[in-house]
Amino acid sequence: MSDTHAQTVPFVRDTMLPAAEPPIREAGAVRWLRENLFSGPVNTVLTILGVLVVWFLVSHFWDWFAHSVWNAGSLSECRQIIAERWGEGARGACWAVIRERWNQYTYGFYPSELYWRPTMAFGLLFLALAPVLFSEAPGIRRIVLGTTTVLTLGLMVALGAPAAWLVFAAVVLIGGLVISERQVSLLLVFSILYPLMGVWFLWGGSAWGPIMVLVGPVLGWIAWRVLHPVSSLVAIIAALVIPLLWWIGYAGEAARDAEGILSLSIPAVASDRFGGFLLSITIGIAGIALSLPLGIVLALARRSDMFLVKSLAVIFIEFIRGVPLIALLFVASLLLNYFLPPGTNFDIILRVIIMVTLFSAAYMAEVIRGGLAALPKGQYEAADALGLDYWKAQRLIVLPQALKISIPGIVSTFIGMFKDTTLVTFVGLYDPLKSMSDAVRASTSWKGIYWEPYIFVGFIFFLICFGMSRYSMYLERRLARDHR
Amino acid sequence: MSDTITRPIDRSHMQVSDEVAIDIRNMNKWYGSFHVLRDIDLTVHRGERIVIAGPSGSGKSTLIRCINRLEEHQSGHIVVDGIELTNDIKNIDKVRSEVGMVFQHFNLFPHLTVLENCTLAPIWVRKVPRRQAEETAMRFLEKVKIPEQASKYPGQLSGGQQQRVAIARSLCMQPKIMLFDEPTSALDPEMIKEVLDTMIELAEEGMTMICVTHEMGFAQAVANRVIFMDQGQIVEQNEPREFFNNPKSERTKLFLSQILGH
Repeated sequence: MSDTHAQTVPFVRDTMLPAAEPPIREAGAVRWLRENLFSGPVNTVLTILGVLVVWFLVSHFWDWFAHSVWNAGSLSECRQIIAERWGEGARGACWAVIRERWNQYTYGFYPSELYWRPTMAFGLLFLALAPVLFSEAPGIRRIVLGTTTVLTLGLMVALGAPAAWLVFAAVVLIGGLVISERQVSLLLVFSILYPLMGVWFLWGGSAWGPIMVLVGPVLGWIAWRVLHPVSSLVAIIAALVIPLLWWIGYAGEAARDAEGILSLSIPAVASDRFGGFLLSITIGIAGIALSLPLGIVLALARRSDMFLVKSLAVIFIEFIRGVPLIALLFVASLLLNYFLPPGTNFDIILRVIIMVTLFSAAYMAEVIRGGLAALPKGQYEAADALGLDYWKAQRLIVLPQALKISIPGIVSTFIGMFKDTTLVTFVGLYDPLKSMSDAVRASTSWKGIYWEPYIFVGFIFFLICFGMSRYSMYLERRLARDHR
Repeated sequence: MSDTITRPIDRSHMQVSDEVAIDIRNMNKWYGSFHVLRDIDLTVHRGERIVIAGPSGSGKSTLIRCINRLEEHQSGHIVVDGIELTNDIKNIDKVRSEVGMVFQHFNLFPHLTVLENCTLAPIWVRKVPRRQAEETAMRFLEKVKIPEQASKYPGQLSGGQQQRVAIARSLCMQPKIMLFDEPTSALDPEMIKEVLDTMIELAEEGMTMICVTHEMGFAQAVANRVIFMDQGQIVEQNEPREFFNNPKSERTKLFLSQILGH
């Protein structure tokens, strides 16, 4: 037999084969179609069915979209225009409502002469995020910061911002861009200060408030530096307790006194004037920024060997996950007032942010716990064997890897939380989806408009959430360490 | 049998001093109700090169993992470099920073480059300035013959290269004692040699080493003492020539015949 013969002939390779190019696959649309859509009878049937479904949907909605009206003062005017252009009985979308109520959807009932303030705060947000999100991507960072600078300054001019604040924004944004080109980590100082700055821009009032809040951690840091040589435990306790005492006891008074000496006030805006996307984004950003660290702490606590710490974490996580978010929001809006001492004015948006943060932190903790559990035991052992203590091992070895594994879950939680901010409608805040659309419909000119506001708000939410999703994919790619 | 060890060994620096590096007395350990280590008594002097052999499940890995307290012992005493291992976390961290450990599965940190793997502990535990830590790391990477891989990630290296990085990472802490937990068991035959060569070089410089390994060629060439363990006990220990040529216990004879027989 011929193959026996082939096997019995002794063989020694005298030259090794060089690596060759892979064969060029036959290209072209036809091949793609055959492979992906018509590879077999079942696939062909499914393809045809899919096309039919798409056709069914598009044919029903197409004329509605095609007959869009962007310029009209009221719904009846819209209908009139549609009837004139496409004949009696034609359907059409009336996007004019978005055009007319754009500011309301964006800023809620924020005083229109102060629109520039949330706009500036939103622009500076990107500068604060740049060193966190784009620390190792100078190209993308440059594009993001450049666009932000131009758009923010342009919008501020259009919205009639005072010249002094225009100069301030220009200096900060352009300065930030220059600094980010030199050493991006310097911008982290701005990232840390930004929350207080943002709060001040949004709510206004005296700048001494946020400044006195900032004094708390500074006092804590001084206490830590002074007491650390004596005892590290005392130093840690002092560093935690002193800021709390300061905030509860003296910060308010000190801010009032300082304001009396030197007034640093801008017009105050009450929380009930917030609404629309301003409200959603404020709650969403705050919730995201706070729930990630809290979630990490909870996840570590749940994996702790210490019984009490572990039990508290389990109870907290299971309780929060077992209760609907709306129940927590009701607690925030109604019950909290019974528990707090009378006369305390605890801002409703702050209360909502706390509840939303606790809610998503519980989910976050479980997502991160999954990442921690996925790390091989050897990583913990190697860190231990090198003499790293618990916190250093967590920070340098465990968390960077566990968080990377958890990125898809973390971003899912973020996205879920951001969409859940629309639930604040149940505690009387003007979320863009329900309350704001109801408010729009309450006016006589837009009474009866139904789909357009929902589609618009849904579209904006989609854009933001899709952006987060794409960012998470980019981050996963950037952090991939296996093959390059 | 020692086809992996081909070069002559330089014994000029291999000196065992009287100073005690590790002292284990009456040590016992249980996993739940399973008695893993039974009445272990072992004194290691500075400069000793000890190979621990034995069938799987005999407790040899557990024994060396007790020396840097990756495993906790329940009774008896372990004194490493004059420090007794108790629940005191400070003592444990001090011992760990003096004792290097190399694992079967390397356990490199995949999110850090080779250089960062090597500088991490010196910077964060020993508080060495970054530049100095990097210089030291490069010196040890040269010693294990992979300085050119310093900026790569562990996932891009072969198993043998990864294990040599792991050895360099331990050495960067300038440990007084090195523990090897089956360092070549997860490697292809071609890569075993490069790791063993590194270990031999280390032995030639007088490092105190305890190696759990099945590489009997290495034991014969480098070790000054071979310990045979079975069922959580030290069954026999002797200098290598006697151990291999003239084993005393039946269990040792059986083990040697199985491991060297073919």
